[in-house]
Amino acid sequence: MIEAPNKRSAQIDVFVGQPGGMLKALHALQSQSEANFLSPADIKLVASKFGVPVAKVWGTVTFYSLFATTPRGRHIIRVCENAPCHVVGASDILAALEQHLKIRAGGTTTDGLFTLEATSCLGVCGVAPAIMIDSTVYGNLTKEQLPALLAEYRQEAQA
Amino acid sequence: MNFYRSHVLVCAGAGCVSSGCLNTMEALVDENAKLGLDREIKVIETGCIGTCDLGPVIVVYPEGVFYRNVTTDDAREIAREHLLKGRTIQRLLYRNPLTSQLVQTYGEMEFFNRQLRIALRNTGVINPEVIEEYIARDGYEALARVLTTMSPEEVVATVTASGLRGRGGAGFPTGKKWGFTFRAMSDQKYVVCNADEGDPGAFMDRSILEGDPHAIIEAMTIAGFAVGANQGYVYVRAEYPLAVKRLQLALDQARNYGFLGKNIFSTNFSFDILIRVGAGAFVCGEETALLASIEGKRGEPRPRPPYPAVKGLWGKPTLINNVETFANICPIILYGADWYGRIGTETSKGTKVFAVAGNINNTGLVEVPMGMTLRQVVYDVCGGIPNGKEFKAAQTGGPSGGCLTKAELDVAMDYETLIAAGSMMGSGGLIVMDEDACMVDMARFFLDFTQDESCGKCTPCRIGTKRMLEILDRMTKGEGREGDMEALYGLAENIRETSLCGLGQSAPNPVLSMIKHFRSEYEAHIREKRCPAGVCQALMSYNILANKCRGCGLCARVCPTAAIFGKPKEVYRIERKKCVKCNACLEKCPFGAVVRA
Ligand SMILES: Cc1cc2nc3c(=O)[nH]c(=O)nc-3n(C[C@H](O)[C@H](O)[C@H](O)COP(=O)(O)O)c2cc1C
Ligand code: FES
Repeated sequence: MIEAPNKRSAQIDVFVGQPGGMLKALHALQSQSEANFLSPADIKLVASKFGVPVAKVWGTVTFYSLFATTPRGRHIIRVCENAPCHVVGASDILAALEQHLKIRAGGTTTDGLFTLEATSCLGVCGVAPAIMIDSTVYGNLTKEQLPALLAEYRQEAQA
Repeated sequence: MNFYRSHVLVCAGAGCVSSGCLNTMEALVDENAKLGLDREIKVIETGCIGTCDLGPVIVVYPEGVFYRNVTTDDAREIAREHLLKGRTIQRLLYRNPLTSQLVQTYGEMEFFNRQLRIALRNTGVINPEVIEEYIARDGYEALARVLTTMSPEEVVATVTASGLRGRGGAGFPTGKKWGFTFRAMSDQKYVVCNADEGDPGAFMDRSILEGDPHAIIEAMTIAGFAVGANQGYVYVRAEYPLAVKRLQLALDQARNYGFLGKNIFSTNFSFDILIRVGAGAFVCGEETALLASIEGKRGEPRPRPPYPAVKGLWGKPTLINNVETFANICPIILYGADWYGRIGTETSKGTKVFAVAGNINNTGLVEVPMGMTLRQVVYDVCGGIPNGKEFKAAQTGGPSGGCLTKAELDVAMDYETLIAAGSMMGSGGLIVMDEDACMVDMARFFLDFTQDESCGKCTPCRIGTKRMLEILDRMTKGEGREGDMEALYGLAENIRETSLCGLGQSAPNPVLSMIKHFRSEYEAHIREKRCPAGVCQALMSYNILANKCRGCGLCARVCPTAAIFGKPKEVYRIERKKCVKCNACLEKCPFGAVVRA
């Protein structure tokens, strides 16, 4: 669902005029978007509010891996694929998630609940292999734990 | 004020949170209340204690009993048995992996008693969300002393004399940098704390911010006074929401106490700090890229000079230091440059926090004096390699560094010695690999990371690393050719010399270091199409040993592609073309007859 533009616009008014406020505005817009992404309308909005060319905003958005320009699922599952996680079996975790969710890394489940992403180090290498679902980290994972973990999110979505 | 007969610390660092420590703590608090212990026993939520792999972790004082992997049921048992009746629960104690002995207290654990905690002095000891606990441990005393008894020149001189060097990777003398920024003429200057910590394998900055945020606020304020800045920024990566939350809370508390804001300690010095959150780009850890990102732009690096000390944030002189660097400042002010200078080696003063991860018994954070050997860190402090495996190599400096092998186990870990050994300190990530690691695969991994994170602004880094990655990719797929290693060397040299920033300049390091130490593994991949460690899937083949096979047929039944043929009671065979190397037969065979090579 696309919200009324004036509501979106009100969400970022506080950042206009703040030094370096554009990134904050983009963060705010994305986190308040239903589908976890920045739409072309959002980008145009930011460009006009901050008085910069649309291309400049696009350039900024696509530079950072945490901004998405296509709709994503309600929950973002980010699987760390860096060396410390790799040596203790991160690729098995990613493969198991792909199999369980029936999507590839980068994809979104058909029910729109999960988007699966491979990511760089989450900074919890002490409990590798690790994944992050939205802003919660799960460490010392085994592939056997995954179905139960995802079931929690599914239940919550149904409730 | 209440008097408590016992304090119970529950680690709430990110690692332990991920293993469910919040539920454990809730159970403990709940059970204490049921038993009527809540007025005698205080449960304290701390930052990272350092033993990430053992989480959730609980330490009971005054005895100092250390419990590991504490579930909610265990926590209730601790309340009933230990806190009520004074009986230590042996089952939950830590077992030394080398001697198999149970360790009764925190102080007797090698993991802790070999450490010297300066940057981590409060991390895992105090509740980071309560400013009074920080103050009780000499918090904000260094700032008071600086503002009321020292001149900016004296502060810069003290930091210079301590010999402290930057912990963010380059090891640049901190006092010198403060001096440059102090001398830069401008009406406006900034202090920036680099908490981008993108280096895979490093997590000390996160733990310090989560476990002792006031230490960073205090040190940045001291830095502001020393260089003449009144505005600070902490740039935190977006992957660290807990660090952002605790830092924000700490900033509010510090302002309430008058340690931050206008006229600090009633002097005419004013300073404030804002948080900026990154958006997922490793290159933003590079200082010029970081400044661009704070300004709200694409985080692309620019050539230096001019250095940030001269021309930084919005063109103004800017001091930029790493989190761990800042974490050393207050103790230096309080105990003096001489005290600090006596720790460590001739050119590398003080301590270094290492984030130890990979194939190692005790993963986590350890802070040791500079110059401790790799062997001491891996075996004495961290308990060696698990599952009876052999140490093969350790990567320091992450994707910019190199590896150290068995032959280098006695290398002293300080800036110069590590460089002489072909690696580097970097930010202090230490990734331990056992005998099962393939060094072609690892090199490909590190390069895949830098290639992925290359911002694309300069050609050698954008395209050069891609070509190197393609070669390594081919090798791991059994398509390596003669001349590949030479091609890698050639590309590496060009990329090193012509890239714009440190990301590109250091990207070839892991590859070069791994070829140097493990040349025969590379040759096996290229010439024999063989992966000696048995990691590269495309190079593996499965066989059934005739002398071990009893003809039970289990392998044929689990094979998803019907690649295994045979008759009961006879030796089974695997058809190579059909085999998808899923490993199912090997796992199933009760006689160990299926082998992978
Ligand atoms: C590609 C690249 C990534 C970097 N990432 C970080 C980082 O995550 N954290 C950090 O403190 N320094 C990082 N640095 C080093 C910074 O550029 C800078 O040297 C450092 O923040 C200075 O602080 P220090 O003197 O206290 O170490 C990085 C450098 C490069 C080239
Ligand atoms: S490498 Fe996976 S969390 Fe650091």
